[in-house]
Amino acid sequence: MFIDDFKAGLKRIAPIIISASPFGVLFGAVAVQHGMSIGEAVLMSGVVYAGASQLVGVNLFDQHLPAWVVILSILAVNFRHILYSAAIARHIERLNPWQKAINFFLLTDPHYAEIERQAHSGQPVTFGWVLGLGIGLYIPWMVLTYAGCVLGAFIGDPKSIGLDVLLPIYFLGLVMGFRKRPNWLPVVIASSLASMAAVTFVGSPWHVSIGAVAGIIVAALMPLPAGTHSEIEEG
Amino acid sequence: METLFRPEMLLIILGGAVATYLTRIGGYLLIKRFKTIPPRVEAGLNAVPAAVLTTLVAPAALTGGPETAIALVVSLVAGLRVSGLTLIVIGWAVAMALRHFVL
Repeated sequence: MFIDDFKAGLKRIAPIIISASPFGVLFGAVAVQHGMSIGEAVLMSGVVYAGASQLVGVNLFDQHLPAWVVILSILAVNFRHILYSAAIARHIERLNPWQKAINFFLLTDPHYAEIERQAHSGQPVTFGWVLGLGIGLYIPWMVLTYAGCVLGAFIGDPKSIGLDVLLPIYFLGLVMGFRKRPNWLPVVIASSLASMAAVTFVGSPWHVSIGAVAGIIVAALMPLPAGTHSEIEEG
Repeated sequence: METLFRPEMLLIILGGAVATYLTRIGGYLLIKRFKTIPPRVEAGLNAVPAAVLTTLVAPAALTGGPETAIALVVSLVAGLRVSGLTLIVIGWAVAMALRHFVL
């Protein structure tokens, strides 16, 4: 039962390992190029385990800023997890508190997306399933980081092989995957404009939180469909 | 290559890890306090993934140079038909072709 669920979770995440692998390698390569040791880079992948924020952290560390500024920037990039963990609360009622704590440690963009998909398709979100889903990406992430560190020593200019464009295109694909959701177009327009304005006038990494909040406010202010009520309101 | 752990780097890594875990569990703890989700809050929550991920895309069109902007527009159109790794390969190929042969 547990092992079947675990395998089902692994199967779900397997294609995502392929699309995440360039980013694990990218982080390892960039980390080494910014003066991190292999041990430090793999440790960061193991305890932070959030690609975009790891890349931001490495970039800022290189600029010799105080530690709290770098940590705050990592927090800003990862702020979206607060909203993910609130959104999946209604889907993980089968898990006990320890299982929930472990599940939250493994919470990433694709982990969140797969839990939403599992719940919306009416299938149970069990501990075995979320563990397979999470471990299935966690272990490869550290292995890929290590591979990237080793490769990083050989890459001259990451731009010449186009490493820098992979990340935004990957995120664009994820955004397109949500296009059937209500309010998708106004949200994407609001977040695009706000994040572009913020990156120009406020600076990175605040464009992430500012742009996200703009889109969320637009969604909250849009007219509600008739007869809307919350799924957990009765519970 | 060094495999040592320097104190200032460890502080950033472990501090970043604690900050990240707080974001991962924080939303759950907040939502459990309020029990019910008002419809407008739920509409906001449903918009979270698209809103946040958009902010990791749109600014790159401004800061990544013209080839990145063009590759993103092509990917936006291609994203209506394909997804995942196929989309990444298309966008990457456009950016690389422009970077090395056109611009």
